[in-house]
Amino acid sequence: MKGHLTRRYMFSSSHRLHANDMPDGWNRETYGKCNNPHGHGHNYHLEVTVSGPVDPATGMVCNLVDLDGFVRENILERYHLQNLNVLTEFADEVPTTENLCVQVYDILERGFRKAHLEKVRLEETMMNSFEYAGGRELRH
Amino acid sequence: MVYLTRKAEFSASHYYHNPSFTPEENQRIFGKCNNPNGHGHNYTLEVTVKGEVDPRSGFVVDLKQLKDIMHREVLDALDHRFLNKEIPEFFQAIPTTENLAISIWQRLAPKLKAAQLHRVRVYETPDLFVDFYGEA
Repeated sequence: MKGHLTRRYMFSSSHRLHANDMPDGWNRETYGKCNNPHGHGHNYHLEVTVSGPVDPATGMVCNLVDLDGFVRENILERYHLQNLNVLTEFADEVPTTENLCVQVYDILERGFRKAHLEKVRLEETMMNSFEYAGGRELRH
Repeated sequence: MVYLTRKAEFSASHYYHNPSFTPEENQRIFGKCNNPNGHGHNYTLEVTVKGEVDPRSGFVVDLKQLKDIMHREVLDALDHRFLNKEIPEFFQAIPTTENLAISIWQRLAPKLKAAQLHRVRVYETPDLFVDFYGEA
């Protein structure tokens, strides 16, 4: 029987939304307060959803220890208490939460082998969040 | 395809009553919600839009524009209102959370240009919510 498992994590990072190849006026108009040259930060809440058959022996879709270990080593250690703008993946890409959500998905998709990755959901604030399923349509 | 969800809150009052039911039927089906003086909720609205990330801005949609549309089309109309008496679609339809989600979809869908509306979720209380995907 197929099950879906979602685990929540938190990390805190700073960013500045600024497209280097666009004029300052465009950046101020497009990003507003998020264009502040000194940057600003968020507590991001991450939800990772994986799926797979429930193992009859363990009763698990995947062992949370494996998922937690992968996320800690590959995502939290990379982004927690960091400035996103100085990371290589954001050298040519604006670190909006849309783009960060896609990056987090890609890290999991490339490296996590213990269950099928369904979706990544990233909350930037309590009032907004982003979801990415590798370009697939979200299921209801 | 990336999905973006924006939350908002509004407060409104309502009651449930179908004039084609007998008073006993209204009381039996709607219970305490049938009190004609109404009662209120703090509703939480979640609007989800979908689209491709603009390679230049990194945005699916400008959050401020989405927030402004939600305020103009939904919150300004519904917040601190008695839905049955002040909101035209509820002069006939019963303002259940289901019908409220459909109404909010119909208010938002024609106004969203940059991204496509995917889902309207309305929480009546933290324990009860309705999802509407624009399906017939």
